[in-house]
Amino acid sequence: MEHILSDQHRLVKKTVQQFVKDTVKPRAKSIDESETFPHDTVESMREMGLFALPFEEIEGGAGGDTLSYAIAVMELSKACATTGVILSAHVSLCAAPISMWGTSYQKETFLRPLLSGESLGAFGLTEPNAGTDAGAQKTVAIDKGDSYQISGSKIFITNAGVADLYIISALTEPEKKHKGISLFIVEADRKGFSVGKKEMKLGIRGSSTRELILDKVNVPKENLLGKENKGFGMIMQILSGGRIGIAAQAVGICEGAIEEALEYTKERTQFGRPISSFQNTQFTLADLETKKEAAKGLLIKAALYKDQGRPYTKEAAMAKLYGAQCATEITQKALQLFGGYGYTREYDIERMMRDAKITEIYEGTNEAQKMVIAGSLLKEGTS
Amino acid sequence: MNIAVLVKQVPDTTEIKIDKETGALIRKGIPTITNPDDLTGVELALQLKETYGGNIHAFTMGPSSAKNMLRELYARGIDEATLLSDKAFAGSDTWATSHILASALKKHAFDLVIAGRQAIDGDTAQVGPQVAEFLKIPHVSYVDRVIDYNDGMLKVKKNEEHRMLTLNLPTPALITVLDEAAKPRYMNMFDIFRRSHLPLNQLTCDDLDVSLADIGIKGSPTKVKKTFNKSATQKQPKQTLNPEQAARTILDFIEAKGGQS
Ligand SMILES: Cc1cc2nc3c(=O)[nH]c(=O)nc-3n(C[C@H](O)[C@H](O)[C@H](O)COP(=O)(O)OP(=O)(O)OC[C@H]3O[C@@H](n4cnc5c(N)ncnc54)[C@H](O)[C@@H]3O)c2cc1C
Ligand SMILES: Cc1cc2nc3c(=O)[nH]c(=O)nc-3n(C[C@H](O)[C@H](O)[C@H](O)COP(=O)(O)OP(=O)(O)OC[C@H]3O[C@@H](n4cnc5c(N)ncnc54)[C@H](O)[C@@H]3O)c2cc1C
Repeated sequence: MEHILSDQHRLVKKTVQQFVKDTVKPRAKSIDESETFPHDTVESMREMGLFALPFEEIEGGAGGDTLSYAIAVMELSKACATTGVILSAHVSLCAAPISMWGTSYQKETFLRPLLSGESLGAFGLTEPNAGTDAGAQKTVAIDKGDSYQISGSKIFITNAGVADLYIISALTEPEKKHKGISLFIVEADRKGFSVGKKEMKLGIRGSSTRELILDKVNVPKENLLGKENKGFGMIMQILSGGRIGIAAQAVGICEGAIEEALEYTKERTQFGRPISSFQNTQFTLADLETKKEAAKGLLIKAALYKDQGRPYTKEAAMAKLYGAQCATEITQKALQLFGGYGYTREYDIERMMRDAKITEIYEGTNEAQKMVIAGSLLKEGTS
Repeated sequence: MNIAVLVKQVPDTTEIKIDKETGALIRKGIPTITNPDDLTGVELALQLKETYGGNIHAFTMGPSSAKNMLRELYARGIDEATLLSDKAFAGSDTWATSHILASALKKHAFDLVIAGRQAIDGDTAQVGPQVAEFLKIPHVSYVDRVIDYNDGMLKVKKNEEHRMLTLNLPTPALITVLDEAAKPRYMNMFDIFRRSHLPLNQLTCDDLDVSLADIGIKGSPTKVKKTFNKSATQKQPKQTLNPEQAARTILDFIEAKGGQS
């Protein structure tokens, strides 16, 4: 990928790699085992300006692009997928929508602190009975004149409990179903807003995943994001952007797993020679590397399309689908190369394998990506 | 406090390859980094600037690929960067290198010049002190801490391994720093995009007040006769001794070789 990187991209990569080596990698195992959110890592990320990466300077951003953001998520996820998704959820699911549709008041009040890292962001869409079928949600927002009163609950929300700001979807006209959804910016300290049960998960265990409970939460009209009842289309766009972040997370996991396998197979000897000298090991590694590079190619294409202002929905869905499939397959096959040692918690590869699976599920399952890709394909033909 | 920092681009490897014929380092095809001690120097300069104000100007002598390193230093927060590059500089030893660096520094007024203790490739630790001599300013090498800066006096701690010295140094002065002196910060995303493409100054031989006889291969008094890796070979059979016996044996050995106890 070096051939398309600018000097700035290279510097982003270099500095994030150094940070990962010093801070993220040494902590990855312990935050997984203790299932704790890495507050101090997040504080360092704030100081480095990572939360502001792909936003324009006039709104408080660092002036980077989608590709530099993808590079950062990828490098973090190589060592710790938890850290990768904290950044991805904040940037793509909370800050980006305010940057896209926010009023100047919303940009000053909510976006600036998100970009400086003073506030952490999250996005509450999924409900117990509305996952893939996001249009089936039940949370409502009742117009009270100068405010909306939001009631309902959300489930599986990344950064919940640690975030200061949430973008919440709710029905402003329930009878219109998905055509009656609107988006709201909700501060964590609003009366009636609380977080519920913490999920105990297979992977990304340092990432906070919780329920949100909204019990008659009053938010002023200024907190409506975009237009009333236009939420569903906005959600689709938010998820498209988010998929680039998750694709980057997936490719990062792949790259991390291959690095671990290379190191291990060169060291481990059986039958009097390093297992890396066996043809099966070499062919497995060759396959994994080829797949990972193909996934990275799709990711870079999606990021470049977004930066160039081209439609990128299909590209992002393909990058996420293929990246996620690769992450699951590559971590499993890499673990196989470790034999019994790979199955123990002494090595990072078992954690990587557990972490990889989520990329096939959140921000749209693999099946949901295929719906998006096929939808575009049937309408616009192959590209 | 206006600060000049001397920075060298070095090959990113601990296993340096040497050209058997010329005895010089083979630099082609090896990725480069900023000399680690020099990153310490840059960080120290940034910290001093934060406390005492002023301006940081980095200088490097090297090929044009050193521009990438200078861009990175901009992203770390320095104010100005100058690349000294010319075919006539090629092959300079430490004396010639110091001569060139000093001529460039003379064009500006600095309170402090910071160099790394040593470069990981050449490893001589000579350039800093030699630059100070050419500039006719005092220097302290092996600085592991700058304590303060008051009324033109810089108070530093010099680490001589077996002892520590606290020294007052009238500025303008030069120090060479150990990696304990400061821990380099991460580049900040804002600075990467805002600052890394700031314009670089480029100077050639013609811009400097140097004579061709003092620079490049011709101006370099160092003549490399041979370079080799030190290898340790075991001449005596292995013995297992208690500490007292071991000390005695070593002492006897040294005395037998003509050493004094
Ligand atoms: C760790 C974690 C973090 C998350 N973070 C967030 C967050 O920050 N914000 C947020 O809003 N949500 C978040 N989610 C929710 C996530 O996006 C949903 O879990 C996901 O979209 C799937 O929804 P579901 O779990 O209800 O599964 P379901 O929709 O019930 O799907 C079950 C299975 O049925 C398949 N399926 C469903 N419909 C179809 C169909 N029409 N055709 C074919 N197959 C179908 C699915 O692909 C899947 O295999 C998170 C989830 C997890 C586990
Ligand atoms: C045995 C030997 C043979 C050598 N042969 C050759 C040769 O044939 N040809 C050849 O080109 N070189 C040769 N060199 C290397 C050359 O002498 C040095 O690389 C160069 O002059 C700098 O010295 P140094 O690396 O020892 O730096 P040091 O003196 O160890 O560096 C100390 C500090 O000085 C500053 N500094 C040093 N160099 C620069 C620079 N270029 N720009 C800015 N700041 C700098 C940095 O702050 C650095 O941390 C040889 C070196 C040795 C030891």
